[in-house]
Amino acid sequence: MTNSKQLKIHSILKTNKPLQPAFKIIFNLLLLATVNIAYGQPIVDPLDSPSWDLVHKLILSNEAVVFDDRVKVVVPDMAEDPMNVPVSVNVDGIGEIEEIRLFADLNPIKEILNFHPGKIEPFIAFRFKVQQSTPVRAAARTKDGVWHVGGSWLDATGGGCTAPSMGRTLDNWVDTLGDVKSRLWSRADRPDRLRFRIMHPMDTGLAPGIPEFYIETLELKDKHGELLAHIESYQPVSENPFFSVDLESKLFEGIVLYGRDNSGNLINQVLQ
Amino acid sequence: MTISSNLSSFRQMHTDYIKRLFKTILLVIVLSLFNLQLINASELDYELVAEPVGEGTYVFIGSTKYFSKKNGGNIANAAYIVTNGGVIVIDTGSSYQYGKQMREYIESTTGMSIIKVFNTHHHPDHFLGNQAFKDVPIASLQGIVNTIDSQGEALNTNLYALVGDWMKETVAYSPTEVIAPGKMTVGGHEIEIIALNGHTDSDMAIYDHTTGVLFAGDLIFHDRTPAVANANIQNWLNSIRQLQELDYKYLIAGHGPVTTDQHAMLQTNDYLSWLHETLQSALDKGLDISEALQLELPKRFQALDILHEEYKRGVLQLYPSMEQAYFE
Repeated sequence: MTNSKQLKIHSILKTNKPLQPAFKIIFNLLLLATVNIAYGQPIVDPLDSPSWDLVHKLILSNEAVVFDDRVKVVVPDMAEDPMNVPVSVNVDGIGEIEEIRLFADLNPIKEILNFHPGKIEPFIAFRFKVQQSTPVRAAARTKDGVWHVGGSWLDATGGGCTAPSMGRTLDNWVDTLGDVKSRLWSRADRPDRLRFRIMHPMDTGLAPGIPEFYIETLELKDKHGELLAHIESYQPVSENPFFSVDLESKLFEGIVLYGRDNSGNLINQVLQ
Repeated sequence: MTISSNLSSFRQMHTDYIKRLFKTILLVIVLSLFNLQLINASELDYELVAEPVGEGTYVFIGSTKYFSKKNGGNIANAAYIVTNGGVIVIDTGSSYQYGKQMREYIESTTGMSIIKVFNTHHHPDHFLGNQAFKDVPIASLQGIVNTIDSQGEALNTNLYALVGDWMKETVAYSPTEVIAPGKMTVGGHEIEIIALNGHTDSDMAIYDHTTGVLFAGDLIFHDRTPAVANANIQNWLNSIRQLQELDYKYLIAGHGPVTTDQHAMLQTNDYLSWLHETLQSALDKGLDISEALQLELPKRFQALDILHEEYKRGVLQLYPSMEQAYFE
């Protein structure tokens, strides 16, 4: 009786031996999860996008990211007009921002715009085109090289990227190409607001028979020619784009907007 | 001995479990078939019931929500007047199905035939039932006929996307008779056609002098946030002012319950004036459209159904053109 019991215990111990490496792995995984949580790094995409891994690789080169609510992306719940979806990005409370990349995971052209705020505020608002329901995200890079990612889902029935621009249906778009209108609002308790509109078809190249034709770069320079901020824009930015940015009032006097589209047309205009 | 008895009881449990599982699956299948049949039977039934408005006028009151697969697009009011000479129909709903069911209801309850159909404007929730009235003159103003001709099919396609199956077999069917504003006699009733605009480029209100009922179309919304997708607010406010001068006994709004007083007119007027001033002041402050979308809405508009939804839709539609004008 005693003998058989001892034998049983012995055999159990024996069979348990190969389990020890498994325990090690589990322990290590737990440790890893704890470390991740300690660094405030959720393991999963809060928007549960099927393309997160892809955009992380394509747009952020698989660099370090944290999902961060302080990167506020505002889009309407529903894109009533898929050619003109308003979006604004505001980053508050995570220190100096070197660059903000805006992108839509499920758009045929995922990049929307890269904004280097430089000497102005990390805020930008404009409208863009969307082809179907998609997450819309902003990734803001801090000095340590980490991308802080915020965003939300946009519901859309689609068609914004493959339709020709409205100007194409009129004949006079060439006459106004590159024209800029702008206005500054002085605001008492916060940075001033600058809004400017540029006449440009911003063709995606996805509408049949119409090649891509869009503004690639925009720069804001002060009166001494020093760069204040710059933007790399992509095809999904809406036709005749309308930008809102915020800046200290002392920067405004004599501010110049420079730009270039993918056909080499130049923009060079003093804003007022 | 113990092991083998344990094993056999385990086997027994296993078989019992599988038997119960099969019974449950069978029950679920039977129930879902039954359910499917129920859904199929009621799927495309708008369950229309008209409510009387004074003597001889009736209205089908639609939902005060936005288009959905649940309401099948039945979000607007359609009405009819029973005259000695037959029935006059005002607006035909959002689909061929709606038009058919409306017509069946009218013909079976009145025992009379329909002699005239009017369309108050070109929006899809008001005219896509026209198809069910092909043998009756469908009358509207020139402007409305033109817009239905040019945009009707696009609006129809869009509604398929929003409400689905309810739309099946629906095509945009334009009015067949162009009428001029002014008085006419239909079935012995003195009907006044009033040409206005503001909710769209061309809106038609109908005033029945015989009964004192005013059919305002979508120029008036009652306890439902006005839809401003194609609106010119200043013109709309002018149109409301003209309607306010009429001495009506009953007011049938395009959306929401019937009233006898000025309440619905004042409500529509209040919201539109507020919306216009708010967006203008947002522009004056340099707000971007995404900031205008997030403005707080006054408490006094809580009575208006789908307030936030319709406000946002309104901003998305109106703000870009207001910006355009502001920057020219």
